[in-house]
Amino acid sequence: MKKLNFRTDTQAGRSGRRLALVRPGWRIPLALGGAALALSACNVTDFGMHTGATTQGHDIFSLYQTFIYMVIVVAVVTFGGLLYVLVRFGRRKDDQVPHQRHSNVKIEIIYTVIPAIIVGAIFFMSVSTENKVDAISPNPSLNLTITAFQWGWRFTYPNGVSIVSQGENYPQMVLPEGETTKVKLVSKDVVHGFYIAAFDFSRYALPGFTNYFDLTPNRLGTFVGRCSQLCGLYHAEMLFSVRVVTPAQFNAWLSSQGKGATA
Amino acid sequence: MTIAEERSELAHEPEADAQHGPTGIYKWLTSTDHKVIGKNYMYTSLVFLMIAGAMAMIIRAQLVQPNGHIVSQQMYNELFTIHGSMMLYLFAGPFAFGGFANFILPLQIGAPDMAFPRLNALSYWLYLTGGTTMLMGFFVNGGAAAFGWVSYAPLSSYTYSPGPGPDLWIVAIILTGFSGIFTAVNLVTTAFYLRAPGMTMFRMPIFTWNMVVTGILILIAFPILTAAMVMLYADRHLGTHFFTVAGGGSPVMWQNLFWFFGHPEVYILALPYFGIASEIFPVFAKKPIFGYKGLVFATLAIAGLSTGVWAHHMYTTGTVLLPFFAALSLLIAVPTGIKVFTWIGTLWGGNLQFRVPLLFALGFLVTFTMGGFSGVMLASPPFDFAVHDTYFVVAHFHQVLAGTAIFAGFAGFYYWYPKLTGRMMREGLGKLQFWIAFIAFNMTFIPQYLAGLRGMPRRIPVYLVSDHVTFLNQVSSVGAFLTGFSFLIWLLNLWISWRRPIPAGDNPWDGHTLEWATSSPPPHHNFTSLPPIRSQRPVWDKNHPEYADYTTDHDGTPKKEVEPR
Repeated sequence: MKKLNFRTDTQAGRSGRRLALVRPGWRIPLALGGAALALSACNVTDFGMHTGATTQGHDIFSLYQTFIYMVIVVAVVTFGGLLYVLVRFGRRKDDQVPHQRHSNVKIEIIYTVIPAIIVGAIFFMSVSTENKVDAISPNPSLNLTITAFQWGWRFTYPNGVSIVSQGENYPQMVLPEGETTKVKLVSKDVVHGFYIAAFDFSRYALPGFTNYFDLTPNRLGTFVGRCSQLCGLYHAEMLFSVRVVTPAQFNAWLSSQGKGATA
Repeated sequence: MTIAEERSELAHEPEADAQHGPTGIYKWLTSTDHKVIGKNYMYTSLVFLMIAGAMAMIIRAQLVQPNGHIVSQQMYNELFTIHGSMMLYLFAGPFAFGGFANFILPLQIGAPDMAFPRLNALSYWLYLTGGTTMLMGFFVNGGAAAFGWVSYAPLSSYTYSPGPGPDLWIVAIILTGFSGIFTAVNLVTTAFYLRAPGMTMFRMPIFTWNMVVTGILILIAFPILTAAMVMLYADRHLGTHFFTVAGGGSPVMWQNLFWFFGHPEVYILALPYFGIASEIFPVFAKKPIFGYKGLVFATLAIAGLSTGVWAHHMYTTGTVLLPFFAALSLLIAVPTGIKVFTWIGTLWGGNLQFRVPLLFALGFLVTFTMGGFSGVMLASPPFDFAVHDTYFVVAHFHQVLAGTAIFAGFAGFYYWYPKLTGRMMREGLGKLQFWIAFIAFNMTFIPQYLAGLRGMPRRIPVYLVSDHVTFLNQVSSVGAFLTGFSFLIWLLNLWISWRRPIPAGDNPWDGHTLEWATSSPPPHHNFTSLPPIRSQRPVWDKNHPEYADYTTDHDGTPKKEVEPR
């Protein structure tokens, strides 16, 4: 395995965004409890997920956060109910026959309708987030073509600059912060998965089918990208990195690359 | 009632079995008796579980450190491919649908055997042949199939996966697929045509209902899989272009075909185990199942919806109508929720007997519900964009599928083992196995949710130190090894029950359904006589006439006028 040391968003920008969910006095004990609960990987308010270094990714992260609050409520009701039953009805004599109730239509309607309302809410939240995440800007600041192949990536910029996996080096894709990049994603051979964990986003690169999506990075830094869909022997090493820079730095970088550095 | 009371003497006539055909190994090889075939299925699938479990141990050993060197990358890909294929095609399905259903379903409806006994034997032998064929892949040039159990085209084409290993895999799936189709035909026919007098459809035990619905789902889904496998084979060897772009085919069509089978398959695997749990909760709460009809219709709703949700595995392809599949996928949560609340409602107000089958069934309920929560989240397309193909998904489907098959599977095994063999398993060892398995199983998969959220993709033998998932993987691996250890306790328990049997008697658990009305193990033709079937619980009615179902209303109050129907 080749060595790769990325500065990930864990170090880069975690402190930047913290919801005011937790009172300051509670932060330390809650964070300790959360750390114990969540092992080593996450703090309390992000529930272990990347907060999303693009506007699209952050929308997805917010959706996840809402889901977790809902799951906590539903889990407390369900497991609380189960625990109550086990404690309350677990200590009777062996031969006692309890009351033989077969059904209770009222209760059955309640436990059908309430979940239906909950999934209805999840559906509408999902669709509204999906519309934002999948929206494609009619006039993006940058058009980028990404080609996946066994086992590497090619990032082609509009002026012909092309960054490609070569031997031991993982390619680096550069994006301008705060600007919308329209990505055209294709595959040369098998199905690959274009996946950037810090962006909370993935999309298949399919042979014979072109996918388009927008990325609008909102945080500077360098992030790991990889192939998420099994694509053969060296699938695990099909890595790349994403460097998000200011638009000025981006333009400087692009013009410096333009001079004969095309691969 | 007289019929029922005469039964106990008759059933104990010395060795009614002995007069029927061969004994010993020859019996196991040639029998068309549903009980022998059921046991064959069960023990074979448990052997496959052990083999697939051993592969999981190697996979977890490889992932203990970021750059593990336990196996090569090629071997790793082969291991998770065959691990997944065996667990799904050769263990989870055949264990319940081939094993338990074969043994229990005819007994539960008071039938002497399956409708087509010889077809039943053919099913088993196809299954064994298919399973062996799949394992043969490891011994051929180029190794076993290494493209994942989903076998996405064009990775599974001859260009990208040459060699005989993938072909053996395809043939194995086709053989076990036919085995499943034949068993489905057999079970559905048996349940429709061989029910004892009085056993109406709405008196069938929930286990039998679930097997009928599973059978129908198999008849819908498995032919699609078989067709897709034939197309894949044709692409590999006959020059067709179903899934290759160069010849005008479409790789996405493979995904559509595969998941049109694959998502019903998830419920084909799960529904039989839901049936097992639905038998165990009432018996160990000494109550009828709560909301029987609601449960039956929930099962039918799950089956219906499951044929319209396949593309939720394809959200990130950019080729499917997201809101449609999101809506149907989310809707499945409603009937699934009904089941969970039905089970809790069954326990509510009961007299709970915390024997080993109930513990395992509760373990199933907790694990499955947790996996259900993450399942509802994954049904939301934007969230799926973030965690698709990561360990979040791996944790989800292991909690719902492996959790179901292992916990509800062992619940059923401990529950029906006395009926299968006439012997009891040791209670203490069973409880020890349960607690280790329950804690270790969740210790394995809960950290995987977190690893997935951190961005660890599935199917990778190496990961980065900077992914911050090393510790999570180590916890997960320790959990996996402990889960593996819990199976050794079970093997010890089996061995003890074999060497020092404790006789079980006909009805050790105060069971409700007809399989407990015959001897343990049952005679060749199952029943010498049947108790009258006037409700969903004929054996309960016979043993507890003062609480018999046909004497009470749905809320448990005595009926004014008792008219046995």
